[in-house]
Amino acid sequence: MSDNGNGFEPRIVGFLCNWCTYTAADTAGVSRMKQTANVDIIRVMCSGRVDPTFILKAFVEGADGVIVSGCHPPGDCHYSTGNFKTFRRMPMVEALLEQYGIEKGRFHWGWISGAEAPKWARLVNEFTEQVRDLGPLDWKRQLQSKED
Amino acid sequence: MATLTINGLEVHAEEEQTVLEVARENGIEIPTLCYHPLLEPHGACRLCTVEIIRRGWPRLETACTYPAWDGIEVRTDSPPVREARKVILGLFLARCPEAPIIQELAREYGVTEPPFPPEDPDQKCILCGLCVRTCHDLVKAEVLNFSQRGIDRQVGPPFLEKTRQCIGCGACRIVCPTGAIEIALEDAAVYGAKPLGPTGAVWVPSMQAVPLIPMIDTDSCIHFRQLDRSEGRITDACQACQMLCEAEAIDFDQQDEILELDVGAIVVATGFEMWDPHGLPQYSYGKSPNIITGMEFERLSNSGGITGGDILTAEGEVPDRVAIIHCVGSRDHNAHVYCSRFCCMYSLKQAHLVREKTGAEVYEFYMDMRTFGKGYEEFYERLQEEGVTFIRGRGAEVEVLKDGQLRVKGDDADLGRLVQADVDMVILSTAIQAPHDADQIGSMLGLGRSEDGFYAEAHPKLRPVETNTEGVFLAGNAQGPKDVPDTVGQAGAAASMTLALLDKGEVTISPQVAVVDEELCSACKTCIPLCPYEAISFMDEEEVARVNEALCKGCGTCAAACPAGAIAARHFTTEQLLAQIEGLFRLPEEEPEEVEVERVPS
Repeated sequence: MSDNGNGFEPRIVGFLCNWCTYTAADTAGVSRMKQTANVDIIRVMCSGRVDPTFILKAFVEGADGVIVSGCHPPGDCHYSTGNFKTFRRMPMVEALLEQYGIEKGRFHWGWISGAEAPKWARLVNEFTEQVRDLGPLDWKRQLQSKED
Repeated sequence: MATLTINGLEVHAEEEQTVLEVARENGIEIPTLCYHPLLEPHGACRLCTVEIIRRGWPRLETACTYPAWDGIEVRTDSPPVREARKVILGLFLARCPEAPIIQELAREYGVTEPPFPPEDPDQKCILCGLCVRTCHDLVKAEVLNFSQRGIDRQVGPPFLEKTRQCIGCGACRIVCPTGAIEIALEDAAVYGAKPLGPTGAVWVPSMQAVPLIPMIDTDSCIHFRQLDRSEGRITDACQACQMLCEAEAIDFDQQDEILELDVGAIVVATGFEMWDPHGLPQYSYGKSPNIITGMEFERLSNSGGITGGDILTAEGEVPDRVAIIHCVGSRDHNAHVYCSRFCCMYSLKQAHLVREKTGAEVYEFYMDMRTFGKGYEEFYERLQEEGVTFIRGRGAEVEVLKDGQLRVKGDDADLGRLVQADVDMVILSTAIQAPHDADQIGSMLGLGRSEDGFYAEAHPKLRPVETNTEGVFLAGNAQGPKDVPDTVGQAGAAASMTLALLDKGEVTISPQVAVVDEELCSACKTCIPLCPYEAISFMDEEEVARVNEALCKGCGTCAAACPAGAIAARHFTTEQLLAQIEGLFRLPEEEPEEVEVERVPS
């Protein structure tokens, strides 16, 4: 893991759809593209499966950043319109996170097709640096201290 | 049915046939100049004059206009007929002394000198009016007509001026028996835009085309051009091919049809399209007609092509030196990064054809010779023995010199220096690419595309024929560049997989489907419009939503949206996913003891 000086290694959770971004991530790995090891991937069949609860849960459990990525709209979705549901839900999640006081830069949602492995590797590297600059979120501890 | 005798031979005639038609049907030749089987006979040239004896009276009549009446006797070569034709040909010779067909016919009839001194030795028009009738009756352009009278009679457009009425179809030039008409086109002719395209308005792409059926090039066809020009008013222009086709196979009204079929499997074999070499201007494509693509060379060397298979430059000469440049648009970061795979082999074949047909020197500029298939390397060696010059290094630039000569520059990696060759013809082995509308079929069938734009297979090694959409298979260049044997192999595999799927009679579906816990379902119907497959229906009696497992594809969108948490996407249930998230952040209780692993020498 690389380090930009603040000595912090962010933990990032990525929810990737099986058909596009997960394939891209797989290809990026098989092609041995250089990427930081900070992103833990959870595969879902469709980005439309990503319940906003999952994103909040990831932050609650200790994630410093979350990525949701699916197939390019309009036509790439394996399930025809699953990505449109993501498109509708994610702006709401963004608003919700803001209300919870989580910085905008900690949540990324977008589209990476199965053919865009380099784009995935680039996203991983750039997003890791972005979250690293924001520092630890430590939401779990904050929530606990509030409960106490 | 009428019975008549021609030169003593008893022949039968249908109603409305003329003497000329009956004679030709029976193999009796009568010379004509103004006759055309598609046009009404006109009797203008008088050359078909024959002796007709009707009710005992002999008369000289034109065979093209005389009806084949019952009981008449026709003589096509009797002394009075020969004398009459001699007079006619003498008059023609006096008018058009230089027209080859007139000279030839006159010689045949023993006329050596014109009876009068020719007025205009360059005159070629015999005023037969065949062009006028063609322009009026067939093309329906009504441009050509006679003007003036007597010795001033002439043929031409109104006032002999240029007219927009003329569509430049050239039909008049084709029918003119004496070659008196030339077509001067101001802008590029229809065929000018397609130098190696259709050879006529009715054409077959190659003699080996499958199916071997001619088609009409509607850009060139007079019928369709007139239809377009007149915005649908002229519907009966030139139907010459239809009139001539005995099988009555020509249908001008045929339209593209959309067929709706219910099928159990789909093989996508949409192929490729050629990359346009205008994209790399250093190869000067389009700046000289002698810079052609490999595909155009195929057209040129095809026996059904414009030269009948002779390899000629645009000037009609046999080339002395030919350059073939590999990888134009392939393996190039300014165009396509991938290798188009089959160009090396067709370039070698084309080099062989050039050597064989013209004996020209051939220079092949190549980066790597990818002779990957069975017998390919041997063919490459054979070409080396045939004396083709191979230059290892990308052909960098084609320059059109002032005199039209082509100069190919490139680097020779073996010599380590720049080289150039002056040649008469350059063949660019251009890249292939996914069809420009590949995304339409892609989104229709839910196919992904790999980085190169071709359709993505389900797995590059283990499932190279399947796609991520069940029941849809790939064959050929739709999936990526492939030569013929590879395409046939993949197509066979796709066909087998299709049959295997259909033969089973039932479909195996994935267990990853959504299920509704009917105890929890609050009957809010949120999930119903979300499903792209209409797999969820609402049970009115039980007041619950229910998933049809045969229709459900398992995307889980409904599970994410269910406010009651009543829908579980099997194998991706909320509990499973939450547990995964928790698992990611669960710290190990204590550091596991370090275990020393003994290295076993291998």
